[in-house]
Amino acid sequence: MSELTALAAPPLPTAAEKLKFYGSWVVAAAVLLLLPNMFTSGGSLTTFSLIGISIIFSLSYNILLGQTGMLSFGHAVYYGLGGFLVIHAINIIGANKLPVPLPVVPLIGGLTGLLFAVLLGWVSTQRSGTAFAMISLGVAELIASSALILRTFFGGEAGVSANRTKLLKLFGWNFGPQIQIYYLVAAWTLIAVIAMYALTRTPLGRMCNAVRDNPERVQFVGYNPHVVRYVAFCFSGFFAGIAGALAAINFEIANSAYLGAQQSGTVLFATYIGGVGFFIGPIVGAIFVTLLSLGLSDLTQVWQLYFGLIFIAVVVFAPGGITGLLMMHRPLLKAGSLAKVLPSYLIALVPTAAMIAGLVISIETIVHYTVNPGDDSHIKAFGVSFDAASPYIWAMAAILLIGGYIVGRKTWSWVGHAWDSATGVAREKGIAA
Amino acid sequence: MSAAIELRDVEKSFGEVAIIRNINLSVAQGERHALIGPNGAGKSTTFNLISGYMAPTSGVVLLRGQRISGLPPYQINRRGLSRSFQVTNVFANMSVWENLRCAVLWSTGQRYAFWKNIDNLPEVRDRTAQILADINLTARRDVTAGLLTYAEQRALEIGITVAGGADVILLDEPTAGMSHAETERAVALIRRLTEGRTLLIVEHDMSVVFGLADRISVLVYGQIIASGTPEEIRGNPKVKEAYLGEEAA
Repeated sequence: MSELTALAAPPLPTAAEKLKFYGSWVVAAAVLLLLPNMFTSGGSLTTFSLIGISIIFSLSYNILLGQTGMLSFGHAVYYGLGGFLVIHAINIIGANKLPVPLPVVPLIGGLTGLLFAVLLGWVSTQRSGTAFAMISLGVAELIASSALILRTFFGGEAGVSANRTKLLKLFGWNFGPQIQIYYLVAAWTLIAVIAMYALTRTPLGRMCNAVRDNPERVQFVGYNPHVVRYVAFCFSGFFAGIAGALAAINFEIANSAYLGAQQSGTVLFATYIGGVGFFIGPIVGAIFVTLLSLGLSDLTQVWQLYFGLIFIAVVVFAPGGITGLLMMHRPLLKAGSLAKVLPSYLIALVPTAAMIAGLVISIETIVHYTVNPGDDSHIKAFGVSFDAASPYIWAMAAILLIGGYIVGRKTWSWVGHAWDSATGVAREKGIAA
Repeated sequence: MSAAIELRDVEKSFGEVAIIRNINLSVAQGERHALIGPNGAGKSTTFNLISGYMAPTSGVVLLRGQRISGLPPYQINRRGLSRSFQVTNVFANMSVWENLRCAVLWSTGQRYAFWKNIDNLPEVRDRTAQILADINLTARRDVTAGLLTYAEQRALEIGITVAGGADVILLDEPTAGMSHAETERAVALIRRLTEGRTLLIVEHDMSVVFGLADRISVLVYGQIIASGTPEEIRGNPKVKEAYLGEEAA
């Protein structure tokens, strides 16, 4: 290394930093290993498995959206096709007693996703932006409708199923119990997350960011942005296929819902809510959305409506997602001025929570009168029972909603002032906010 | 020896409108050549035609005797021609360091590598550091490019242009919008970075043009009306009438 490089280049990580970096992966592995001991119920193991699958799927989606700047409305195609191929593969392997154990089967799903990305991606990655989004939507509709037409392969409405326990046993595991599936998903999640993180640290990964920022200029530093997008798309398809394969193994079935618009929408939703700007964003989003979808559907009939509202709120108020919101506070933490904003958050929380409560009561009341008009007016939502026909409830909803908004506006501007003064402190200390 | 850049009977029309009527231009290797002309004369369009951003309607563009017109920009860039933009065109959400590193990657043979750790490439690191020091932005290394001052962004723009080691450099109004002091620094930088390379520059500031250029070509209404040394151009009556005279008036 030349003297100049030592002066001008960013310092390479020290031994301590490297240790910390690799240590955090070891800690993550240990947490995954020990998680079933902390939460022992079968339900939580299923939840963890679904979260793992969603993490891989969301991260694969963010290779497109966050890293390369491609908005896809059809990412479930690669997830779903991976799932279908794996169900067929399990049946074939089982019937012919081929020496293939279940843990390597997700690779078949990954290769399926890769193959279809290779085939379908070349045309769609010619351009990013609207053209790419529209083509992805068209391809998704095409594949989703063929899933209902080509019955021999896709099994029509019912889908196709398989028995995962019939394969070659490995260390005496037949992958019947959920705990064994959990460990299978956890291992693949760790591998996929490490691989996708490593991808961001390569020349290709950096050029993906450059293509996202300015595809025009990329052409004038020697790169073909189309090829960069295409290779990124293929990687994305590969990891989506792995996620779909794990889902198919988890449920022992693949059906047309795997490929559909809703699945594509959910991954966009999870990735965006988590935050596309940071590598961990989609991980946070996958955990949040999986838990929310499992939790909300028990609490209210119109959980998808709340999903939509949350999505709108994130797009409007926190385009950086949950991770973006948290990361905004890092300079304040460094500068020690975090205490300046926290009290204003707590104050603002009260009227905001009241406003949301008013909104929820209004929504649930309206749902009662529009969706189930003849039913008993005593309804239950979010574990609270109330009489949707009572004028007192209506008045309370109105007071909470309007009053919460009026008081809230005041407190939100306090948050703004507190934020400005806190970032001012950080800036004075030379920490970029 | 063939010219570094040669344009033969190049024409460019948008629909019915001919922007470039007929350009014949030759830039010798190692020469600093300035392209001047009034607004709307077609200077930026000429740059776009040479760098592959647009294909000429007719005529050919040659780079060291080889035809490049019709090639996409990235292939022209790989053959050793690099351009800057009049409106700053950097990777706005990436740091100064990453901007320059992206501009170095292809020329160090990294291509689309997805199996190499970017921090483990000493050649990339050394060359990026060299360019960073050359454009005097070492202190701003980790700043997001979009947050740089205007003059710093212009310096980064030049840095990205020369980072790949191209030996033919096209700079489109590198000092536009700069103060007098900033312009002087920018000219010194350009002089230093294009040492031993071929430079074609579009510039409005006549003190820059006459101070920097070995030869000058004057473009008016899509045609080169004169080419020559600064002295020849200064004394050319056609140029005075069409261009310099206007400015003086």
